[in-house]
Amino acid sequence: MIEILDVCKAYGTGNRALRDINITIEDGEFVFIMGRSGSGKTTLLRLLIKEEEPSSGEIIVNGIELQRMRRRQVPRYRRNFGIVFQDFRLLKDRNVFENVAFAQRVVGASSRAIRESVPEMLKLVGLSSKYKSLPQHLSGGEQQRVAIARALVNQPEILLADEPTGNLDHQNAAEIMNLLWDINQMGTTVIVVTHSEEIVEQMGGRVITLDRGQMIEDEIRDGYQE
Amino acid sequence: MRIGVLWYCVRQGLKNIGRNIWFSLASVATVSACVFLFCLFFSIISNIRFMIKNMESTVGITVLFEEDLSETDILAMGAAIGGRSEVKDMIYVSAKEAWDSFQKDYFAGHEELAAGFAEDNPLAGSASYEIHLYDIGDQEKMVAWLKAMDGVRQVNYSSAVAAGFSGFNRVVGLLSLVITSVLLLVAMFLISNTISVAAAFRKQESQIMRLVGATDFMIRAPFVVEGVLIGMIGAGIPLAGIYILYTRSVAYLTERFEVLSSVFLFLPMEEIYPVMVAVAMCLGMGIGFFGSHFTIRKYMKA
Repeated sequence: MIEILDVCKAYGTGNRALRDINITIEDGEFVFIMGRSGSGKTTLLRLLIKEEEPSSGEIIVNGIELQRMRRRQVPRYRRNFGIVFQDFRLLKDRNVFENVAFAQRVVGASSRAIRESVPEMLKLVGLSSKYKSLPQHLSGGEQQRVAIARALVNQPEILLADEPTGNLDHQNAAEIMNLLWDINQMGTTVIVVTHSEEIVEQMGGRVITLDRGQMIEDEIRDGYQE
Repeated sequence: MRIGVLWYCVRQGLKNIGRNIWFSLASVATVSACVFLFCLFFSIISNIRFMIKNMESTVGITVLFEEDLSETDILAMGAAIGGRSEVKDMIYVSAKEAWDSFQKDYFAGHEELAAGFAEDNPLAGSASYEIHLYDIGDQEKMVAWLKAMDGVRQVNYSSAVAAGFSGFNRVVGLLSLVITSVLLLVAMFLISNTISVAAAFRKQESQIMRLVGATDFMIRAPFVVEGVLIGMIGAGIPLAGIYILYTRSVAYLTERFEVLSSVFLFLPMEEIYPVMVAVAMCLGMGIGFFGSHFTIRKYMKA
């Protein structure tokens, strides 16, 4: 469970990115965080993965108070999250298999574990046949699938997707959203940051809306999720 | 740490070197220059020390007596000297023996030239004792005691010769320290630059690593491995070079200055090389390790 309690975030320039945010996300939920550019969506994600510290308030993830966490505990904490970005952030000098394996290798997984779980993840995202391809030889949708496989390979409890369809056409965007929905159905909590009304309207479910750092709405919308 | 993880870090370190080959080569060259000079000075200083020690233990102390002393008096004084606990052994060389030995050394093959001195010993009054001590550390004390003896004309001892070498050794030591330190700083700077370029090249990779939960150690390790590999290669090249240079130089000098072979004694390569390899490797790898470690730490904090 994620609890965000009275969280504010201000930067040195006096710019207040988030103000008095209170959100609770239960295990296994699928949540959209919506808002225009500069509304504080990405800042909220950065706070969750402890890339930044809140100026005030408290964040509790699975019972762990982030403010009390020591610096050396942060890497292990981050393994609870899988992160997907708008720009995919794949390593261009490595093929699909190596890109996915990379996430496991750098947390010290054994070669045997890598050999077992990477093909499984590639099967889940429908890219088993393209494991040898380099990212630049894949379509945008396929690249985002590789990024999702990489985010899931360490079996995180929470998947954070920051504008995952921002660089994709309508068809690919819908496929990626369906994939995220399937992943959620397997028990992973999914938090999608987006500014696309279209996707939110289509999917429905819980939608949290931010505007200029403030939470202005937390509602359940109709869609195929329901 | 798992073998697989270690191997991964080594592979990434090697990849970094390959991607950044010109910077890496410049770093290797500077480390090589630094280690080469260190090895050169190390060889010179070790050999000078060896020569000094050799001189001190073989030359010993020579005591010459007043010319008007009779042989009986000299032998009596010799008994007093021999009674000292510091004395290991002593040899009495009479004036006649001194002259015979001189003739043998300097007129070898031209004995007819010595015939002119048949009735005249130019070294009359040069009877002496050659004294060797148990502990060379007692030499100064012993020399002071001998000089204070009545009837002693002159005391020659090895430190007079060794002092010249010691002075030279100090200058070489100081010079080596200054030059090696400057080169060490240059090498560190170049390695730091190389690592900065590699870190910039792998910025995205490092970011992803951090986000998927890699530890700081895991993120830094490939860069540190890169620095240590550069240091190792940089140390290996001059070590191979100095091995060849040393053995050839010693062979040449021994042959060229055969007449001074009792003074110019060189340490065999087998004796000096293991220590030199260990220290040079530590130096090269140390430059690589610290240069890369501090750079990547700074880079990650930025």
